[in-house]
Amino acid sequence: MKKSHIFGIVIIAIAIVVIMSTAGDASAYVTFKDAQEMADKGNDNKIHVVGNLTKDDSGQVVGIEPSPDMMSFKFQMVDENNEMQMVYHPNPMPTDFLRSEQVVVVGGYQNGKFVADKILLKCPSKYQEEGVNT
Amino acid sequence: MIHYFPGSFGHFLVILAFISSIIATYAFAKSINNNQSWARFAKGAFYVHAIAIFGVVATLFAMISGHMFEYHYVYQYTSKILPVYYQVSSFWNGQEGSFLLWMFWNAVLGLILIHTNKSWRAPMMAVFTFTQVFLVSMIMGVVVLDVKIGSSPFLLLRDVLNDPIFQMQPDFIPEDGRGLNPLLQNYWMVIHPPTLFLGFATTVIPFAYAVGGLLTGRLKEWIRPALPWAQFSAAVLGVGILMGAYWAYETLNFGGYWNWDPVENAIYVPWLILVAALHTMIAFKKSNVALKASIILVLCTYILIVYSTFLTRSGVLGNASVHSFTDLGLSGQLLIYLFVFIILSVILTARVWKQIPGSKEETSAYSREFWIFMGATVLCLMGFQVIIPTSIPVWNEIVEAFGGSSNLAPPADQVEFYTQFQLYFSILIAFLSGTGQFFWWKKMDKQKLKEELAAPVIVSLVLTAIIFITAEVRDIWYLLLLTTAVYSIVANFKIFLSVAKSNIKLSGGAVAHIGIAMMLIGVLFSSGYSKILSKNNTGMLWSKEFPDEVNQDNLLLFVNEPRQMADYQMTYRGLRKLTTDHGYVDLSDISDAASPLELIIGKNTISSTGEELSAGDTVRIINAENSYFEVIFENANGKNFTLYPRIQINEQMGQVYSPDINRTLTADLYTHVRTFPDPDQEVQWSEIEEITVSPGAQFFINDYVAKFINIEPLSSVDGIKLGPGDIAVKALIEIQGEYQTYTAEPIYVIKDKMAGRIPDVVNDLASRITIQSIQPEQNSFVFGLSTTQKDWIIIEAVAKPWINILWLGTLLLVVGFGIAISRRYSEFQKMRDKGME
Repeated sequence: MKKSHIFGIVIIAIAIVVIMSTAGDASAYVTFKDAQEMADKGNDNKIHVVGNLTKDDSGQVVGIEPSPDMMSFKFQMVDENNEMQMVYHPNPMPTDFLRSEQVVVVGGYQNGKFVADKILLKCPSKYQEEGVNT
Repeated sequence: MIHYFPGSFGHFLVILAFISSIIATYAFAKSINNNQSWARFAKGAFYVHAIAIFGVVATLFAMISGHMFEYHYVYQYTSKILPVYYQVSSFWNGQEGSFLLWMFWNAVLGLILIHTNKSWRAPMMAVFTFTQVFLVSMIMGVVVLDVKIGSSPFLLLRDVLNDPIFQMQPDFIPEDGRGLNPLLQNYWMVIHPPTLFLGFATTVIPFAYAVGGLLTGRLKEWIRPALPWAQFSAAVLGVGILMGAYWAYETLNFGGYWNWDPVENAIYVPWLILVAALHTMIAFKKSNVALKASIILVLCTYILIVYSTFLTRSGVLGNASVHSFTDLGLSGQLLIYLFVFIILSVILTARVWKQIPGSKEETSAYSREFWIFMGATVLCLMGFQVIIPTSIPVWNEIVEAFGGSSNLAPPADQVEFYTQFQLYFSILIAFLSGTGQFFWWKKMDKQKLKEELAAPVIVSLVLTAIIFITAEVRDIWYLLLLTTAVYSIVANFKIFLSVAKSNIKLSGGAVAHIGIAMMLIGVLFSSGYSKILSKNNTGMLWSKEFPDEVNQDNLLLFVNEPRQMADYQMTYRGLRKLTTDHGYVDLSDISDAASPLELIIGKNTISSTGEELSAGDTVRIINAENSYFEVIFENANGKNFTLYPRIQINEQMGQVYSPDINRTLTADLYTHVRTFPDPDQEVQWSEIEEITVSPGAQFFINDYVAKFINIEPLSSVDGIKLGPGDIAVKALIEIQGEYQTYTAEPIYVIKDKMAGRIPDVVNDLASRITIQSIQPEQNSFVFGLSTTQKDWIIIEAVAKPWINILWLGTLLLVVGFGIAISRRYSEFQKMRDKGME
């Protein structure tokens, strides 16, 4: 066997490890129900849930509760299956949180509570126009 | 009145640029077999193309600086008050403008290449101009058979926005634009995009030489002219990436310089492959090996550049990235661009593959080629490891296009995920770049290797041991990276000394490798050992609802109440405005704005530069939307400093925070505000508490000592005309705050037998004082006191040790590249002037 063949095999092996680890560490977009099922099975991988904030009839966001020291907050979120869930976030409310059209929470269930380590916001107002300022 | 001319003219120039690029491509291709008339024609066509591109750029800029808000691009990204340098950066705020910037560099580079090449001109420029055809098509804005080609920056606002006002008034022109994204109002945003796009643009040059070589059968010769450009491209692209990192560090608030965001990854990968390519090219020049690898890597670099353009601009990243561009409907066009170049590369390479000379012999582990090849391989693996997860959204799209469903998401903790692998690879890179250099410069065998390596190995082990003990590097992988990086510095330094003695022009590699190793050490300490100083160490969580492992990294500061954090005592002093001439001025001492960029001082105050400003003075500011939080840091050693993290309140963008950094030689202290009380929210005052005081007496306001100095009769009160029977008085009260004495001046008016009260608010003390009533017979006043919550901020403070080694390493890397480029370019010039190329 030539040295270059061994070299080639090593490279392919590393590439496979990389792909496997990507597949293993990749998160998934799921619903709260799936996330709950995963947690029940003891799978503590962090997952992504896409959803919206809950709003009342007049379009006001409801169900947000900052902690007394304002260092963390919890909020209600509805996922794509219209399931409502209280989400806990150990950081202050992100800028523009209330203006967001869509939120993606990254995290998982811990002791039956959904804790979001990260919150990604989609704010259409940010880059797309809604009309002319007159 | 709507200016129709610039838009039509600009659009005409875009179409001219598009047609001329097609003609030039064809003509350059025709002149490959030395047809002189085609060659002259091609050159002329390219001149027309370049002039058209410069014209497009000039037209768009004229529209921006002329504030022609009837145009969508101008309205969307600029406003009247932008200074000239931000008008320049608003030019590339939008996607069309950034494509234009890329084309602009291509036009400039094309002119240079036409004049610096002889025999390579035709094939190389044919490929070069061909890429320009695709780029220009992105901003064409033409509809052919119901298919929109490109997104033009010259569209009128009324044609883009569906606003009812245009039905009523078709000629309506907004008074002002929406302004530049506040995050881009930073000097780095003036120079980072041009640098990055110069890097983008230059990657096509080695590609064009390589494809030119494949086309004309000069399978080896293309390397010589391509090499200096590949080096130049790697240097510029690298600097561009790092400028972006530095901008992110200074402006964004994710707490660092690199976040493994898909947009960052998309450009990091082609850079790695380009660096790998130039290593194999150098190996080929020296010993005629690795030609196939060089061709493949050079082709891959450009294809990856196009792929990264596709990733960031097609909208495919969607949820995955925080700062990709919005979808302009260019995905189809970008895909065509990508596939044309992939297919072109594959076909051309396959056609001549058998003729490409390869090395027959086995490379020995003692040969220089072996080490270079290993290095290039590791660089490619690094790129591979990043591009695979970054492409997850693309994978989902592909599966869905074939009717399947895939819900893969990027890794939840991307920083941890990428860092882990990149760390392993970096250890290899550091090791190889140290050892490989010895093989490069000398013929090696076992004995010689021992002699050469003994000194550097011992020196670096001693150095590492010292760092290990002082810096307490405990993690085994960090320790390995530290050891190999120190070894790389020592080894390359030894090489540098011996090479520089004979010819300094040859020392580029050694200098660049020292730079890379220093960057690795800088990253290791500043990121691996970055420490959140504001960690909540009280052990108390606000709510039992939170699981135990949740940590809080932030600190709540009330105005003027010091808090201890690590070695510092921190005090938040309140909001400030930044003036052009007097430093920072207290916001509560400012009464009003005289114009968008001029503020009127309301109370006598002392600015941060120590100047006294009196009521009624006007001060100039740079940006009306910016306010700064003054935070004083004091430590026991008396090393005090003040940081001013920024908030920008923008109508469209909401609240945007930026950090402030205290830089010292050994570490940066990075501080940013996470949140502060919403200025739009109405203040909730407590119930009024009444207190009766005579002039000269002391009393307490919100626990602060206050003194009722005297009363003054007023002849007029703001906005109220006093009649003959009316009375107005002002009470003068001094309140002793923690850092200064405040004066409150509540007013009491009796007009037409009606009592009116004008309270005064002292923001820092969260107090409001009203004259409730006057009791002339007791010579005393009844004051109404109410309080509210004190002003506060929540901050995060992070120490980043030895980050300066990273920046210093970057500088050395650039110097190293500079030396190498000048050497390789003069080699090319010599050969060209001999008539060889």
